Amino acid sequence: MSELKLKILELLKEDARRTPDLIATMLGVAEDDVIAAIKEMEEDHIILKYATIVNWSKVDEDKVTALIEVQITPERGRGFDRVAERIYLYPEVKTVYLMSGGYDLLVEIEGHSLREIASFVSSKLATLEPVLNTKTHFILKKYKQDGVIFEDHEGDHRMMISP
Amino acid sequence: MIKREPLTLEPHGGRKRRTSMQDYLSPLVRAIPPSGIRRFFDLVAGSKDVISLGVGEPDFVTPWHVREACVYSLEQGRTSYTPNSGIPELREAIAEYLYSRFNLKYEPTNQIIVTVGGSEGIDLALRALIEPGDEVLVPEPSYISYAPIAAITGGKPVGVETYAKDRFKLTAESLAKHITPRSKVLILCYPNNPTGAIMTYDDLLPIARLVEEHDLLVISDEIYAELTYEGQHVSFASLPGMKDRTLLVSGFSKAFAMTGWRMGYLCGHPELIAAMLKIHQYTVMCAPVMGQVAALEALRNGMEEMAAMVESYNRRRRLVVKGFRDIGLSCHEPYGTFYAFPSIESTGLTSEEFATRLLAEQKVAAVPGNVFGLGGEGFVRCSYATSVSLLTEALERIDRFVRSLNR
Repeated sequence: MSELKLKILELLKEDARRTPDLIATMLGVAEDDVIAAIKEMEEDHIILKYATIVNWSKVDEDKVTALIEVQITPERGRGFDRVAERIYLYPEVKTVYLMSGGYDLLVEIEGHSLREIASFVSSKLATLEPVLNTKTHFILKKYKQDGVIFEDHEGDHRMMISP
Repeated sequence: MIKREPLTLEPHGGRKRRTSMQDYLSPLVRAIPPSGIRRFFDLVAGSKDVISLGVGEPDFVTPWHVREACVYSLEQGRTSYTPNSGIPELREAIAEYLYSRFNLKYEPTNQIIVTVGGSEGIDLALRALIEPGDEVLVPEPSYISYAPIAAITGGKPVGVETYAKDRFKLTAESLAKHITPRSKVLILCYPNNPTGAIMTYDDLLPIARLVEEHDLLVISDEIYAELTYEGQHVSFASLPGMKDRTLLVSGFSKAFAMTGWRMGYLCGHPELIAAMLKIHQYTVMCAPVMGQVAALEALRNGMEEMAAMVESYNRRRRLVVKGFRDIGLSCHEPYGTFYAFPSIESTGLTSEEFATRLLAEQKVAAVPGNVFGLGGEGFVRCSYATSVSLLTEALERIDRFVRSLNR
């Protein structure tokens, strides 16, 4: 991958709303090159989506997130992929990773209440034939996500004017 | 019997009675004018919701691994004095760093002092070298500390103006005009605060010839060395014949985002360094041990993070320089530091008027160029060590302000 594309990704990761014009200025390149590179990365599905990181604990809405360790029996010929697909197609599932170590899939699931998540696990996830067992961990508090600290206490302590 | 001296009848040994506290002060200190930057600071401190482009330090917090190393050393009880010139491992690390980055060879045992910030290095060098009447050449616009410290030692600071047309580089031509038989020390500060100017090898060479010809010493403040965005920084000490004539002042503040730690170092000829170590040992004894531990960690494991910070400044540098030019303020390309030094001459205002009104009308703080001495009038210093979103907002406000003037 070109160095320009990597630098563009870095700048968009910091703030997805940066315009090609601003990015071009910051990198000292032509705006057209930035537009072309972004378009290419979108077409190649390198850039999948421009999303917002939300601190839901500040939003007056009940939201419960759980991480579920799932052990499964891989399928002959297709390994874990098909089982993973059957799990990630549920809209309440936000993330699915194949993991090394003591279990196979790590599934992040979001719901409105403990009960809703419990019911998803017992009725939908655990009943899938290849699923051997599950371990559900509820997230109590988010400190940092995607490099963003939720309650940053470091702040700017600098004096307004210094020599 | 011991014969006593008769008591003098005159009180105070005959001299005039001191009537005010001012009379107790050394005339050299009394003569130092109040700092222009200080006055502006007071003005800004009273305003709210200001975006400040007046900050002379990184907007990064010291990298966590450096802070953590310090915390760990405190837990381990490392709270004692260190050798006067600094802990040996740190001096060795500084020597290795200077060699690998700038091709400078200093002996850690007798050519390096770890100082309390670069500032102490400047003070030590000037105090050890200057006797009353010696002239100290200071290219201006300049960082505000050199002339006052030179004056306290009894020296005479001599400003050498630099110009936007030369991209604020010091030229041999203008330097030569200010050299007299009393000239002893030339202070160089490149990359330059406040102009962002740098000096390449070819720029420095004619200066080195003059230094040799007129038998001068150079105090080279290279605190911003790592913040160079065009080519590699060239240390003045690395020029032919200049190592023994140079006192290199540097530190960790700017490159490693460690301003508040006050960690710097001073390097030079062993005989000069020995003299400066005398002052250092009687005044501060040694730099704080916790800062030294942190500085060592920064040198050992901090280069990657430093490179990322430099890249980040460079991106913002391009943003503000283009921003000023789009507004219609001419701005020479600052290839170093984290300052841009746009000209505000086209507005018809003085630096002070521009900065004061910009603060009052648009709540953006920038430092008026005249506080930095000769050649600073007509410019403002804008630090871009601030987030991209704040810089963008500040540029919009400056644009609004400049347009309101043209109405």
